[in-house]
Amino acid sequence: MHKVYTDIIQISGDVITVEAEGIGYMDIAEVTTWQGASLAQVIRINGKRVSLQVFAGSRGISTGDKVRFLGHPMRIPSGDSLLGRIFNGSGTPLDKGPALSDNVIDIGGPPVNPTKRIIPNKMVRTGIPMIDVFNSLVESQKLPIFSIAGEPYNELLARIATQAEVDIIILGGMGLKHDDYLFFRDNLEEHGALSRSIFFIHTAANPTVECLLVPDISLAVAEEFALRGRRVLVLLTDMTNFCDALKEIAITMEQVPSNRGYPGDLYSQLAARYEKAVDFDTAGSITVLAATTMPGDDVTHPVPDNTGYITEGQFYLKNGVIEPFGSLSRLKQQVNGKTRDDHRTIMDTMIQLFANYRETVEKQAMGFQMSPWDKKLLKYGRLFEQSMMSLKVNIPLEKALDLGWEIMAECFTHEETGIKTAMIKKHWPGKR
Amino acid sequence: MEPKRIGHITKINGNMVTVEFEDFVVQNEVAYILHGKERLKSEIIRVRGKSAEMQVYESTGGLKVGEDVELTGELLSVELGPGLLGQIFDGLQNPLPNLAEQCGFFLKRGIYLEALPDDAKWDFTAIAKKGDIVRSGSKLGFVTEKIFKHFIMVPFGLKGSFEVAHMAENGEYTLKQPIAGLKDGAGKPHQVFMQQIWPVKVPIQAYSEKLKPQESLVTKMRIIDSLFPVARGGTYCIPGPFGAGKTVLQQLTSRHAEVDIVIIAACGERAGEVVETLKTFPDITDPRTGRPLIDRTVIICNTSSMPVAARESSVYTAVTIAEYYRQMGLNVLLLADSTSRWAQAMREMSGRLEEIPGEEAFPAYLESRIASFYERAGLVRLHDGTTGSVTIGGTVSPAGGNFEEPVTQSTLKVVGAFHGLSRERSDARRYPAIDPLISWSKYESFVDPSHVQGGHSILRKSHNVSQMMKVIGEEGTSLEDYIDYLKGEFFDFVYLQQNAFDEVDESTDAERQSYIFNFIHNILEAKFDFEDKEKALHFFQRLRQQFRGWNSAAWKTDEFDKIEKEISSLLEEPQRSAKETKGA
Repeated sequence: MHKVYTDIIQISGDVITVEAEGIGYMDIAEVTTWQGASLAQVIRINGKRVSLQVFAGSRGISTGDKVRFLGHPMRIPSGDSLLGRIFNGSGTPLDKGPALSDNVIDIGGPPVNPTKRIIPNKMVRTGIPMIDVFNSLVESQKLPIFSIAGEPYNELLARIATQAEVDIIILGGMGLKHDDYLFFRDNLEEHGALSRSIFFIHTAANPTVECLLVPDISLAVAEEFALRGRRVLVLLTDMTNFCDALKEIAITMEQVPSNRGYPGDLYSQLAARYEKAVDFDTAGSITVLAATTMPGDDVTHPVPDNTGYITEGQFYLKNGVIEPFGSLSRLKQQVNGKTRDDHRTIMDTMIQLFANYRETVEKQAMGFQMSPWDKKLLKYGRLFEQSMMSLKVNIPLEKALDLGWEIMAECFTHEETGIKTAMIKKHWPGKR
Repeated sequence: MEPKRIGHITKINGNMVTVEFEDFVVQNEVAYILHGKERLKSEIIRVRGKSAEMQVYESTGGLKVGEDVELTGELLSVELGPGLLGQIFDGLQNPLPNLAEQCGFFLKRGIYLEALPDDAKWDFTAIAKKGDIVRSGSKLGFVTEKIFKHFIMVPFGLKGSFEVAHMAENGEYTLKQPIAGLKDGAGKPHQVFMQQIWPVKVPIQAYSEKLKPQESLVTKMRIIDSLFPVARGGTYCIPGPFGAGKTVLQQLTSRHAEVDIVIIAACGERAGEVVETLKTFPDITDPRTGRPLIDRTVIICNTSSMPVAARESSVYTAVTIAEYYRQMGLNVLLLADSTSRWAQAMREMSGRLEEIPGEEAFPAYLESRIASFYERAGLVRLHDGTTGSVTIGGTVSPAGGNFEEPVTQSTLKVVGAFHGLSRERSDARRYPAIDPLISWSKYESFVDPSHVQGGHSILRKSHNVSQMMKVIGEEGTSLEDYIDYLKGEFFDFVYLQQNAFDEVDESTDAERQSYIFNFIHNILEAKFDFEDKEKALHFFQRLRQQFRGWNSAAWKTDEFDKIEKEISSLLEEPQRSAKETKGA
């Protein structure tokens, strides 16, 4: 029934052009070569000339190879039978389990009607004080981790995933190192989370273009779960690889580049994925955490820049810790007012004091004399870095707040913190 | 009726589809792609020989070469009439709540609903009488929409003067029932309905003249109203890097601005932010009217994951609705967030059309499109002598936070005020993060201009001193310079910064602003004698603390007066101690 064509008239980059008729835009085809079959997607139609991006890359494709159009857009099985399974970037099993074909859904579905969303209001507890206390993560938030390559962003993602109270974890790996993939698998298994996880893994060894499907597949499966009332956490790592694949295809298609070679629609492409994060008014939710590596630690690079305009804040990972300045959770105000009465006070005061500490460190480095106040700040800063900022710390929010009071009491008198008297009376160690 | 013109798809590239036609096409006419049972709205944007390129307002997945395209001959238009207020539309004026009722969680493509419900009845009261001579924009009668008299006007598209042939009786009518009959010079009859259709890309010009904007539009943000004011009928822009608080600023303005109607165009931004407006506005009371804020608001929402071409049309839809209410003699504020996304939508389409790109791949006509959009703002005198205004405030999201990019630069050329947000200020939690050193306004504030000048110069001085101190340290700075530095910081902290989480501080009306600014002006001009820097610092810290409390005290209450007295006596201190020193 499916139409098969053998007239490949152009191969350029990972895009092939074939003469065919009656083909739907964005439809999926199967290209069969001597190496096996690969999926391809229609990205442009000009009369009879149909251009397809080949997910496995064009290497080894012969002009006489068969292109079989499947007559539908990209689809993926979904549902509970996927739990605990591992697939590649186009949805083929990588583990020893059977191929699935039940409950097939289209990927890249339509956007959510804004009137069916609700204002996010549930905090996701992670056990990391720099997140829980200072930049609370909220269910249905979309949040990237900005970092340079080499920072432990995957470890951070895995930790949040295993500690967060969510029903389902979906990992979309793009250009993932094989070691990192194994790390995720073993780490989730160790914490007993593998059975509620689904992996879509594209490793650095796979053709670049194949990673283009990963976010859409992951989010389509997540959406299906969310519509059935589940709370889903989607981890996407690393979105910069996804953007680079977009760039590669755009340049092959001779699109006019806008900024550093990236296509002009980079913002819309990223938004189409990140905006899948949602809290439905009568169903579940999708929270999206992504890793975005910044080439050259440059936040004005098109990928982090466009991402920052789309997401609801960002975590800066620098020197192995979440940097309090520059990190931001835009939704924290929705939740941190109803955790504990001292949450906002601790958040504001400790960060202000830490900012003063940073200034003092600068002064010290320039050789200015240290006043008694400066010395107090230095002591405070070091304590803060050790017991709050370090990613090794793993304590619930309430413990972290208590710890905050203790650190301040150890370094300062309560007048020096500028905290309101009523709050001091209630929480200051020795005054309670 | 003319026969339907049909074309056929020949090329598909993203949201651009090329169609081959037989007879003729009209530039910018609306066409529908017939894909199975779906009808997908598109617009002709370029014609070459017997083929034309269209931008499709929907996702193009699954379309095939050879499919039929129906050409309508009509330009992209919106419905204007009672029932717009309190609504939330997408960029093509589809009412989103009704879509949700019909389609559930998702925005299914190819579904277009009536913007204004046909069956709703409105209580019509006639103003015009039989025999009156009227012209486009003349008021024939009115209905009551929420808190406003919503005037029913002679359609803006009718040219020349007309005689009222008959008027409907006062009473209830639907939008599809005629309420008046007009006769033109040649005796040709025209029926008038409460609803009219208007093409979004054409400005409504049924007024007698455009006036110079002069009166302040009070936003209740001190830094804007006092230092960088916006005028009714004027334009302003807010560029800033991500995280600097553009959207929060727009949201605050939409709540507090002293205008009759606010149109929010959420163009290519986060859906979550629209949801916040949507869910909170019905519960917030507008202090000016005592009614929920949503009653004076129209939301046009084409968020970042909705189709890109509709993003382009959404700002036009918004400005057309704004002009419509202006025609009734109302003051309308249009907040567009963000115009960069609109410009990017143009860029995407231009790229697909393979036009020669300008800077950063934006099309060469970017500047003229931005200019003609902002030109739709204005204060106008209507034919009946009353005035109405459209004020446009647009945010800009420059790539990398760099204001040298094309969208910011093209916008700066045409707006009357520039509120530049800076990352430095937002990182230092100084909100609103409008940078007083780079921002400007061509409009006049209600605060005494010489006082405003004084404010600007102390801010500049203070900034210079702080830069100098970074190099030579506090020790190397003279006491006089140091006091200027403290004055600038004081002015910044207690006046320019405003706490959006404090009920009183979040909005300051014009009367209070004038009073406080005057008070602060005296402090900034005063000469203080301090023994040393530490005393000066301590003094200004206490002053700042007091002032913060003052900012949180409601206007003209006992609390307010009490703190004012305390501040006044605090201000005596340095003079007194200086005298004592001299006396000894």
